[in-house]
Parts: sequence; structure tokens; C-alpha cells
Amino acid sequence: MKDSVIDLETRNVNKHYGDFTAVDNVSLQIEKGSFFSILGPSGCGKTTLLRMIAGFDEPDSGDIFIQGNSMLGVPANKRPANMVFQHLALFPMMSVAENVAYGLKQRKVAPAEITKLVNNALESVDLGDSGKKKITQLSGGQKQRIAIARCLVLEPKLLLLDEPLGALDLKLREHMKVELKQMQSRIGTTFIYITHDQSEALVMSNKVAVMNNGAFEQVGTPSDLYYHPETSFVAGFVGDANKWKSKVSQVNNKSCSTQVSNGATLRGKINGTMPIAVGDEVDVFVRPEAIKIIKTGDNANENDNSLECKVIDLLFNGANSAALLEDITTGKELHVALPQTGEYIGLQTGQKLTIAWSPDQTHCFNSRVKG
Amino acid sequence: MKQHSPIFFWLLLAPFALWLILLVIIPHFDMLGIALREQTAPRQYAFSFKNFSEFFTEPLYWRTFMRTAVMSIMATALTLLIAFPVSYYIAKMLRGRPKSFLFLLCLIPFWVSELVRTYGWMILLRETGVISNGLQWAGLVSGPVELLYNDAAIMVGLVYTSMLFMVVPLVTVLESLDDDIIEASYDLGGNMWTTMRNIVIPHAMPGIVSGCIIVFMMTLGNYLTPNLLGGKDSLWFTEQIYTQFITRFNWELGSAFGILLLLLSSLIVWLGLKLSKQTLTSTMAS
Repeated sequence: MKDSVIDLETRNVNKHYGDFTAVDNVSLQIEKGSFFSILGPSGCGKTTLLRMIAGFDEPDSGDIFIQGNSMLGVPANKRPANMVFQHLALFPMMSVAENVAYGLKQRKVAPAEITKLVNNALESVDLGDSGKKKITQLSGGQKQRIAIARCLVLEPKLLLLDEPLGALDLKLREHMKVELKQMQSRIGTTFIYITHDQSEALVMSNKVAVMNNGAFEQVGTPSDLYYHPETSFVAGFVGDANKWKSKVSQVNNKSCSTQVSNGATLRGKINGTMPIAVGDEVDVFVRPEAIKIIKTGDNANENDNSLECKVIDLLFNGANSAALLEDITTGKELHVALPQTGEYIGLQTGQKLTIAWSPDQTHCFNSRVKG
Repeated sequence: MKQHSPIFFWLLLAPFALWLILLVIIPHFDMLGIALREQTAPRQYAFSFKNFSEFFTEPLYWRTFMRTAVMSIMATALTLLIAFPVSYYIAKMLRGRPKSFLFLLCLIPFWVSELVRTYGWMILLRETGVISNGLQWAGLVSGPVELLYNDAAIMVGLVYTSMLFMVVPLVTVLESLDDDIIEASYDLGGNMWTTMRNIVIPHAMPGIVSGCIIVFMMTLGNYLTPNLLGGKDSLWFTEQIYTQFITRFNWELGSAFGILLLLLSSLIVWLGLKLSKQTLTSTMAS
């Protein structure tokens, strides 16, 4: 990947609606040719940010640069960025080919050239023979591809995607994830993708920004976010995690011991930007797949965190199967991944067992919200 | 869906069918019968096209007829021209309370009868009216100005009377256009005019056509407004029909005029649908 070329940069972008801060001082840089996702729960300001990049909203303060040119005051129809809308917004009054040709017509490209470009664009999304069809005759996935082709035919610097997979059924969504990722690496246009679905963001992106309450919590590669979350929010939002509220009893260098009220002592790594001292409230996270079920007779490693649990339910879901357990002392529910290797085949509801996990897999964050 | 006994269908249809047959179809056939006869002696009638040939040989009649048609088309076009931006503003630019308020504002004039509204215009436009007095007071004119009893006054009255019937279908159809689609047009490089021409107007076409049909029919068949605002010289075709029936007791000619007016409005509506590539069904569904 070519580094150094920055396709999109935002500097201290703010947007307020009355008292509500939709986007709070967001600065980011997106390299050319990358697939960048903005991941956050609904209402976190990601759509507002995208609309400001597209030019439908102006930031209250801060600046947006596309390939080094400030976009302040540049209307949406003059920006080298095109958007794939959440509900696609294909023009129902036009045929498929007319939809794709629309942007070229606005640029006053010669009709013969338009025909050629439109055909190429339709070919590139495997819909070469659908040009004359009406929009209503297309399936969900085909509409998706037309919405993308309609933008790409204009060769934008940025392609903005506003949760375009949201309306598709699960199977098609899984398929389109892979297709989008492959399409992006084939054509090399910078994609900016916003979603509330962490699996979409993790699967497709080179980099993901996790957004919460209008601000970026963390920007990093998908595996960074998963294995090295920097904030409590990221640890809880990206991937599944079991979470405890706990109180710090001891701190040594990069790790700490914490005491869950009426419960066990949990040891873990200190994460995040907020320092942790004895007596602080912390959020403790551990991933379901980091937890081991200890067979009767075996002893847990003495440094590991361990809990006595009861099986409440078994959630069979093929490779993603899990057990729902209850901590016997506190009654807290926990998710534990069950690899389908035959090892846990005898597990039954109501059974009591011991679970354990390494403190290295345990992330502690100061509960006080930063700032 | 469960198959109901056909009797429910006929029961539901009955009031409408009765209304259609008793009040629309029978009178029209009767009128056609009257129009196609000629009195040969007292209480003696014979089949004849005389009434229709009289219409075509008497210039006053068919000129009034054409004038009414042309003025109605103009009034319809003018109403559309004024109502479209208003409807677009109500449907697409406003949200919540201001939106309902403005919509209500369009509706309020229709709480009073057409007669009172037309008198309102007369109070404004007459020689001793508000506008004339205002102009004199401001020193812009030296004497009273008569603004009533001309074609412009008729046009103002007709457009005003028709406004709501254009705004309602337009607001409805424009509200059904997703904001996303308008934004997508801008995003792909469109400007205000290309977006209007390629996206908004094609989408709004069924509403435009249905609004135009209603307004055109209402205008063509209007009697009160042209008569009061246009005065004796307004030459509206409905006045000719009224004269034949009421003043002259010439029901035969009056009926022939009525039939001709029906044919004219059907023809123009048909042409309008053809030109706008709409069907009556799609238009009425909007």
C-alpha cells in the first residue's frame, strides 16, 4: 500500500444540533486505497460525520480535506466523493443504465462515451445485461451493486457507504461483505464505510474507527481493536466480552488485582489512557473464547483467574456455540465459547464446573469516563 | 384471503352504483336525448342535429367555448406554477409544526363559501376597493382604478379558488419522494434544475396530472367566479348554458352545450394524459 498519500483528512470537526453534540472534535486521516470503517452504535454521530464528508452538512468548526483540498463551502455536487445511501436511493423513474449514466450526464460527457462507460461499469459488477431493466426488477444484491456502480463510474476519490448492507438478509449480507472487500481491493478506490455491525467492520476494513458519543474512541486495525482495546467502550463493543464492575485492591506495574463485590478476585492487565490506582472502580473484560472449562480432576493454573459456575443453558450455533454460565457466588451470567471439537460434548444444563482464564487475556479499564 | 360471498361486494357497490346511475348516467342520456331533438310544433319533437349545427354556425357560441377552454388551461397552468413551489416547500423543506401550520393555512380559505371568497376579491379589486384606495392614498394614481371585470380578475379568482386542489395532490406525491433520492442526485453532480427536471418532476408527475385534471374540470365548469369577477363580458361557457336553460327556456340548445362541454373536457383530459404519458388509474392512485 502506498503510504504518505492521504485521501481524506478531517481536522477538529465539530457539529452541534442545539445542545446535542453530534460530532465532537473528530480528527482523522485516511490513506489512499484503504477500506476505512467507522463503527459505532446508532446515534453516535457516524452518519453526521459521513454527511459532512459528502457535503450534505457543514461542520460548525474544523475542516475537511479531500486529497489536500479544503471542502469547506464546496457543495455536495462539486466534491470528488460519492455516496452509497443506506436505502441505496436508486432513481425508480429511470432504468438501470440511466441510473448509472446519471452522474456522467450531469458532467456533460458525450453520449457515445456515456454508453461505453455505463456498459463497462455494468460489466464490472456482473450486470452487463441488466441495463434496460427497471430498478424494481432487481434483487437486493443487484440493487446494491448498481448503487455502487453508479458512484464508481464517476471515478470518485472517495466512496462513502452508509450502512448499505443493513437492509439485506443475513445470508446475502455475509456474501456482500466479501464481495465489497474484494471489489475495493480490485479497484483501489478509498472506501469509507459506516456501520453499527462490528462484524462488517472487522471483516472488510484495513482500519476501523470506533465512535461513541460523537468522538473517536480508538482507531486501529481490526485485530488491534479486538486484542488491544484502548477504552472500556471498545472492549465492550468490538467482539463479545464478559464484563465485571470491580474495585482495585493491588497494582503492580502493568497489571492489577481487583475485587468484585461479594465475589472473586480477578487479576488483569491495565489498559487504557486513564491511570489506575488502588481503590479505583474498574471495568474488567474477558472474551468468551479466552475462558477454559476445567475438567474435573484437573487443577487450574494457580495464576489464572478462576470461578465456580453452573451451566444455565447451552447455545448451540455450530462453530460459534457457547455456554451460558452463572457464577455461583454472585449469580452473574457469563458467556463461554465452546469449540466443537467434541471435548465438551457431555456438558449439561445444571452441571457445576470450574472455569479459568489467564490474566493476560483480562483487560482492566478505569470506570471513570475520560475527559 | 378468505373468499367472501359476492353479496357483500354488491352491497358495498350499491350506493355508488345508484349514485352513478341515477345522478350521472340517466341525466346525461336524457340530456343527450334532449340535445338531439327539435321542436316542430307545440309538443311535437323530431330527431335533429340542429342544436349542434347552431353551435358551430353562431360565432359567439363556439368562440366563448374556445375562450373558456383556453382560459381554463391557462388557469390550470398558472395554478400549477404557483402551487408547485409552495407544495415543494411544505412537503420537503418543512418539518413538524410549521409544516402542518402552512398546510392548514392553505386550507383555511376553503372554510368559507366560494361566494364569500369571491366577494372578498371584489372588495379588493373594485373601483372603490382596497387596492384602488391604497394606490390613490400612496399617490401612485390620480383617480379611482377599476380592477374588476377583466380577464386578469377572472384569472386571479380562478387560480385562487383552485389552489388547494392542486396543493393537496402535489404535497402528497412530493412527500412520498425520499430525501435520499434528492440527495443522491446532488451527490452525483446534479444541481437544483437537473434534480427538479430528472428526479422531482418525474416522480411528482401523477400528482401534477391529477391536480391539473381536478383544477381544469373545476375551472371549466365554474360559474360563480367568472360571472362575479368578469361581469357581463366574462363570456364563460357555463353562462351560455345557464342562459339557454334559465333565460331562454331553450333546453335543447342548453343540453347540446352541456354535451359539448363534457366532450371538450374529456378530450382535453385525454390529451393531457397522452402528453404526460400517464394513465388515469396511475394518476388517481397518487
